[in-house]
Amino acid sequence: MADMIKDHVLDRPNSYIGRSVPRPNAKRLLSGRGTFTDDIKLPRMTHVAFLRSTYAHAEIVSIDVSAAKESDGVVAVVTGVEMAEVCSPWVGVLSHLEGLKSAPQHALAVKKASWQGEPVVAVVANSRAEAEDAIELIDIEWKELPVVTDMETALDDATPLIHPELGDNLAWRRDLDVGDVDNAYAKADHVIEETYISNRHTGVCLETRGILADYNPGEDQLTIYHSTQAPHMMQSLFAKHLDIDEQKVRVICKDVGGSYGIKVHSYPDEYATVALAYMLKRPVKFTADRLESFTSDIHARDHRIKTKIAVSNEGEIQAFEIDDLTGIGPYSVYPRTSGIEANQVVNLTGGQYLNPNYRARATVVLQNKSPMCQYRAVGHPILTMITEGMVDDAARKIGMDPLEIRRKNLVPDDAYPYTAPSGLPFENLSHQASLEKLVKMLDYDGLRKDQAAAREQGIYRGIGLATFIEVTNPGPAFYGVGGAPISAQDGATMRLDAKGNVIVEIGVTEQGQGAEAVVAQCAATALGVTMDKIKVIAGDTDITPYGGGTWGSRAAGIGGEAAVQAGKALRQNVVEVAGIMLQSDPATLDIRDNQIVDIADGNERMELSEVGRVCYYRPDTLPKDYQSELVVTRHYVPKQFPFAFTNGVQGCYLEVDTNTGFIEFIKYCVVEDCGTVINPQLVDEQVRGGVIQGLGGALYEECLYSPEGQLLNATMADYLVPMAAEMPDIEVGHVESPTLDSELGAKGAGEAGTGGAPAAVMNAINDALDPLGGKVTVQPFTPERILQAIGKI
Amino acid sequence: MPKLSQEAVQKINFTLNGEAETGMAEPRMLLSDFLRNVMGVTGCHVGCEHGVCGACTVQIDGKAQRSCLTLAVQVDGRRVDTVESLAGRENELTDLQQNFKTHHGLQCGYCTPGILMSATEYLQQNPDPSEAEVRDMLSGHLCRCTGYAGIVNAIMATAKERQEKSSAAE
Repeated sequence: MADMIKDHVLDRPNSYIGRSVPRPNAKRLLSGRGTFTDDIKLPRMTHVAFLRSTYAHAEIVSIDVSAAKESDGVVAVVTGVEMAEVCSPWVGVLSHLEGLKSAPQHALAVKKASWQGEPVVAVVANSRAEAEDAIELIDIEWKELPVVTDMETALDDATPLIHPELGDNLAWRRDLDVGDVDNAYAKADHVIEETYISNRHTGVCLETRGILADYNPGEDQLTIYHSTQAPHMMQSLFAKHLDIDEQKVRVICKDVGGSYGIKVHSYPDEYATVALAYMLKRPVKFTADRLESFTSDIHARDHRIKTKIAVSNEGEIQAFEIDDLTGIGPYSVYPRTSGIEANQVVNLTGGQYLNPNYRARATVVLQNKSPMCQYRAVGHPILTMITEGMVDDAARKIGMDPLEIRRKNLVPDDAYPYTAPSGLPFENLSHQASLEKLVKMLDYDGLRKDQAAAREQGIYRGIGLATFIEVTNPGPAFYGVGGAPISAQDGATMRLDAKGNVIVEIGVTEQGQGAEAVVAQCAATALGVTMDKIKVIAGDTDITPYGGGTWGSRAAGIGGEAAVQAGKALRQNVVEVAGIMLQSDPATLDIRDNQIVDIADGNERMELSEVGRVCYYRPDTLPKDYQSELVVTRHYVPKQFPFAFTNGVQGCYLEVDTNTGFIEFIKYCVVEDCGTVINPQLVDEQVRGGVIQGLGGALYEECLYSPEGQLLNATMADYLVPMAAEMPDIEVGHVESPTLDSELGAKGAGEAGTGGAPAAVMNAINDALDPLGGKVTVQPFTPERILQAIGKI
Repeated sequence: MPKLSQEAVQKINFTLNGEAETGMAEPRMLLSDFLRNVMGVTGCHVGCEHGVCGACTVQIDGKAQRSCLTLAVQVDGRRVDTVESLAGRENELTDLQQNFKTHHGLQCGYCTPGILMSATEYLQQNPDPSEAEVRDMLSGHLCRCTGYAGIVNAIMATAKERQEKSSAAE
């Protein structure tokens, strides 16, 4: 620790940390020279297409693939029974979510299909088109089974069971009761009840899921090119379910065209693709089409939450209570499980407020819809919507301004470290500072005046505030303790070559968020070289240190810290050799701008490349008892806290057209505290992109199902996502409270925008509609729902 | 025009990124698949294959078009330009591409080629657009990563720089 303070990375000369350095990989992507999984072609490569269930719940009576096998270009046709001989089933549970249950799930459905879109038969052919042609020739006899779609009735006695062996349709339940909620109700001036609904939506990665697997029997080696967020996790899972040694599986992840949590899970069609390559001993590629994406990518955020808040006339929040019901599809997704989203809702609802009385129930039920699992800002959009919805409910009831009730109840910045009622420890949050900064950015008082003036003219404008907590830099508490093969730790290997260039191999992966840039900035700063000397290699299980990949806003905070520590260690090794070469005390030397310099006056002593040259080409000129080490590896995992919780606040000012139900954004501001900001431009655009994704769920996106479990809007023309013309300019501000868990002090920033946006926009709409007696509580807040809220339709 | 059977493979002679090229395609093959899988031009990305997301946008005879809504056989005798054409043989980013880099107009880069091909043509037709017009043009393109701000700024900055350059020349 003493050394750390003496040589702190944030005190480095010529630092790249805190600078908006353009991403080194931008030119590649701008030139169309990226390598996305579907861009890769291998010799003798085949393509797989899947016959997917058209029913939400149906038994497979018989399958006739004889005609398909004879179709042009077909290499193999494989059913679920055949697949099960090669690829073992899995069950998506984790031991720390006590009582969570799910049924064994196969790569291809064996006896029955449980959602529309579940893969049933695989056809491998010389082209995707030929594989699809052959699918048309497969004759399946189905016996339709009763369908469970409504989560409200999923546990009723009259409702059929999806997996009879489980005994019921309940996947998981969690109850929490802290303080004395009933006593708080008895004493409170007001107890306000409401029901909020977040409808199911999905990630819509522009690059669909893709995987290309190749098996070389000569070396018993599986090589898998995969559009994934977690290469080492996938390596472990593929090895396990194909019963192969993990070292014989290599997962390579090149460019990824958006992931947002969609590509951090394991999917049946991906296991099937890898198994087919293993069976056929030749490359097999699967690239989902858009329909397959809508019906087989994970969905998220299908929740109905009954809420209760107790408040005094003076605006003191005295209790929160929530009853969250969520339907997760027919299986808990493997290996992260589908209990985490509801768990986050229970853990974090109301956590930013001073209130000791909290009761929560989460009920997670099975249903015959696409499986649900973690998607960007897991649980946060829901828990922030209900927390901030409840707080506004309370403020309206007692006639207090929404800003004032927050000022009154937020946990003070000087109260940290602080433990939430759910027991989660928060290291150092800055709700007050963030809120006050936002108030200035918004010109809150000015907006209130504008709102009042507009109302006199019959124009309905509203302000919405949303304070939020954000989970970032997760340690092993998230998944590892429950038994999932997901590394919480990440490493960086740095090597100086003979020409003074530096290769950084890193366990976290690039998804477009700028991980490579951030790692390069950290490595360059810690070592003392310019960015152009650094090359970052990520996404290859044979090359990089074992790591967790990119999720939970961990790439910058965890990967960046590993790069910092590796850079410092390599610098130590370099100045040691340089000291011998220069006959100087290494403690008096430093590396700055690719030069060995004297710390005292910055005098240049020698090119860094000279150290490389001597160590590799002329080690005979060094002492015989000395061995240089120009490769180092350092790891990092957060140890003091289970997560680096962060916080922020969003503020939205919008106008509702009360004739059409359309809304128009007038102003949108976000204050985010992600600790040390490594690259402001990247962070700001993360936040903006996150807000836009949150606004998608808040305003447009909904997976619409028929009572029969048919997804009704599985095209991009029918499933609306935010486009440029409707989206606001978003102003981003920062408060910096570095985590003391790392030297770098960086926390994540990827969830902030998405987590807070639905709450901000809902509160703004309801603020606008209040004089008309209207209120929306069902997301997405469509024009139809807004008009219904004010009785226009 | 002779009637084609479904299987009949067609020879397509066309100009691809300035070079005369020939490729073979079934009548049903989409231009996007033809460019990617037959010609190996993988900068043309496929996002939805039903004409909504804009990722596959290329220029056909200088006009921005969805390659997923175009059959390969339709480009016989025509000129097709993909994102790979922009930087050219000298591998120098155009001013528009450079501004995407400077203004952080991309994250994962999957939508970027399509947006570049649309915006390149758009700025030729509308050298001095308003921000609202640029946003309207971008409504044909889904970017799921950014908040669109960087994209809008990159296009606006390019227009402004070109205006300044041309007024300086006058």
